[in-house]
Amino acid sequence: MGILDRFFKKKEQENLWTKCPDCKTLLYVPDLKKNLKVCPKCNYHFPMGAKERVDSLLEQEDREVLFENILPTDPLNFKDTKSYKDRLKKAQESSGLTEALYVVEGKLGAKRLILSVLDFKFIGGSMGSVVGERFFRACERALERGIPHVSITSSGGARMQEGILSLMQMAKTALGVGLLREKGIPFITVLTDPTMGGVSASYAFLGDVILAEPKALIGFAGPRVVEQTIKQKLPEGFQRAEFLLEKGQIDMVVHRKDLKETLLQLLP
Amino acid sequence: MYLEFEKPLVELKEKIDRLRGAYNLGNRTVEGEMRKLQREFKEKAKKIYGKLSPWRRILLARHPKRPHTLDYVNRIFKNFQELHGDRSFAEDKAVVAGFGEFYGKKVAVIGHEKGRSTNEKIERNFGMPHPEGYRKAMRVVKLAEKYGYPVVSFIDTPGAYPGIGAEERGQSQAIAESLCTMGFVRVPTLSIVIGEGGSGGALAFGITDRVYIMENAYYSVISPEGCAAILWKDQSKVEEAAKALKITAKELLSLRVVDDVIPEPLGAAHWEPDRSARVVKCFIRRALRELSSLSLEELIEKRVEKFRSMGAYRTA
Repeated sequence: MGILDRFFKKKEQENLWTKCPDCKTLLYVPDLKKNLKVCPKCNYHFPMGAKERVDSLLEQEDREVLFENILPTDPLNFKDTKSYKDRLKKAQESSGLTEALYVVEGKLGAKRLILSVLDFKFIGGSMGSVVGERFFRACERALERGIPHVSITSSGGARMQEGILSLMQMAKTALGVGLLREKGIPFITVLTDPTMGGVSASYAFLGDVILAEPKALIGFAGPRVVEQTIKQKLPEGFQRAEFLLEKGQIDMVVHRKDLKETLLQLLP
Repeated sequence: MYLEFEKPLVELKEKIDRLRGAYNLGNRTVEGEMRKLQREFKEKAKKIYGKLSPWRRILLARHPKRPHTLDYVNRIFKNFQELHGDRSFAEDKAVVAGFGEFYGKKVAVIGHEKGRSTNEKIERNFGMPHPEGYRKAMRVVKLAEKYGYPVVSFIDTPGAYPGIGAEERGQSQAIAESLCTMGFVRVPTLSIVIGEGGSGGALAFGITDRVYIMENAYYSVISPEGCAAILWKDQSKVEEAAKALKITAKELLSLRVVDDVIPEPLGAAHWEPDRSARVVKCFIRRALRELSSLSLEELIEKRVEKFRSMGAYRTA
C-alpha cells in the first residue's frame, strides 16, 4: 500500500473521504453532502437518510414530525443469530431514528403535504408493524387534511423478524393507498436504491406516478434469487431504474437535484 | 410419495384398502378385521399428526399427494367454467380463475394451481405465478363485482415466480394492484390457505372478508429456507427458522391473521381428499351465509378495518 493510499484509508476512517462505489473516485465527504450525496463524477446516488431527505425537500418552518409515538415491539420473541430486541435497539442507536419510516407534514415549496420516508439504515428499511401503522396513519392524515402524500422508499422488503405480521403490512399499506384513491387524494412514490420485496410489491408500486432515482435497484425478487432460480447470468442493468423505465414499469428517472422541482410540477 | 414419518400409516392403509376390496366383493367375514385396522389407523394418525414440528407441517403442506386447488374446485363447485388470459400478454397456468355454482348460486373462484404430474407441474410452473396470473385473477374478480358474485380464493403457492420476465413485466406492480383490488371489491370474499401460503404471491389472493387456513397449511412472509439463508446464513437451519417464524395454522390463529382453522380428516388432507373437500365446503357455506347479511359498505369497512388492525406495536 502506497503512502497516498494509506493516507486516504486513514481519512476514510475519519469519515472525511469516501470512495464512490460506482466509479471508485475518492470524494470529500463535506462536498458530497453539499451535492445531495450524489457523486459529481458519475452521478451515483449515495443512500440518503430519512432526515436528510426531509431537509432536502421540505421548508424548514411549519414542519411536524408525526407518529413518533408508534414504537416497535417483538411480537414473536424472535431470535436468529441475534435477538430482534437487540437488533431494534442497535438500529435505534445507530440510525437516530425510532423506526424505519419517518413521517413529516410540511411544505414542499408552497405546497402542503405528507412526506413519508423509509431509511435503509434502520434494519434495511424493512417493513414491520410500525412501518405499516405509520404509513396507514400518514394516509389517514392526508385524507383528513385533503393534502397529497408523497412517499420515498428504500427497503430490502418485509421485516422477517415479525413473521406473518410483517407480510400483513403489505395489505395494510395497500389499503391505505386504496383509501386515497377512493377520495382522489394524490399519492406519488419515489423509489430509491434499493426498493425490493414487500415494499416494492405493495405501496411503492401503487403510486399515481412512480419516480425513481438513477441506478436504483428496484424489484420483487432480489437479483441473487433470480439468478439462482433461472441459473443464468442476468442482463446488464437488470432491475435498475433505467431498465424499469425502458420496460414501462415506472414513469421517470429523476436526478436528486431535480426531485423537488419535479414533484412540484407533478402534484396537482 | 409419502414422507418418512408417515410410513407406519402407509402399510396400514394398504391393508385396509385390500380388506375393503374384499368386503365390497361380498366377503363379510373381513369386516371385523377391517374395522379394527381402521381404528388403529385413526389412533396412529392422531399420534403422528397431533404433535408435528412446524417444519414437518411444511412438508405436509408441500406433500406430493396433497389436494390442490382444482381438486377442491371440482369437488365443491358445479359447472366450473375456467376463464383464461390476462388480455395483455399471456395465459398463466399457475393461476386458475373462473365461475362456478355453489348451492345453486354463482360464485367466482380464483386460486394457485401447482399441478400433479411432472408435465403438468412444469406447465403450471409449480404454482408460481407470473404477473399475468395475478392480472387474470383480478380480471375475474372485477367481473365478479360486476355480476355480484362472491369470490372464493384458494391459496397454494411457494411464492410469486422470481424470473427475468416476471420482473420485466411488473411482478411487484401486479401483486400490489391485486392487494388493492381485493381490498375494495364490492362483493363478499373469502380465502382459504390450502397448502403453501408463500409470501406476497399468496397474499395477493388473501385480502378477503374471511381468511381460513387448513390444519396443515402454512402462511409465511418468507420460506424457512430463505429465512435460514438470510438470517442464519446457513441453509441447514430451516427447522429453527420454521419454528421462529410462527407459521403454523394454530400460531396464525393466535396472531389473529386468520379467522379459523379448517380441520383435516385423519390428521392430513391427502388421506381423504373427498372428506377434506366436504369440510372445506361447509366452511365456505358458513362464511358466505354470514357475509350475505352485511351491506356492501359494511363489508368493505370491516375488511379494511380487519387488515388495518393487523400488526403489533406499542404507543408511547
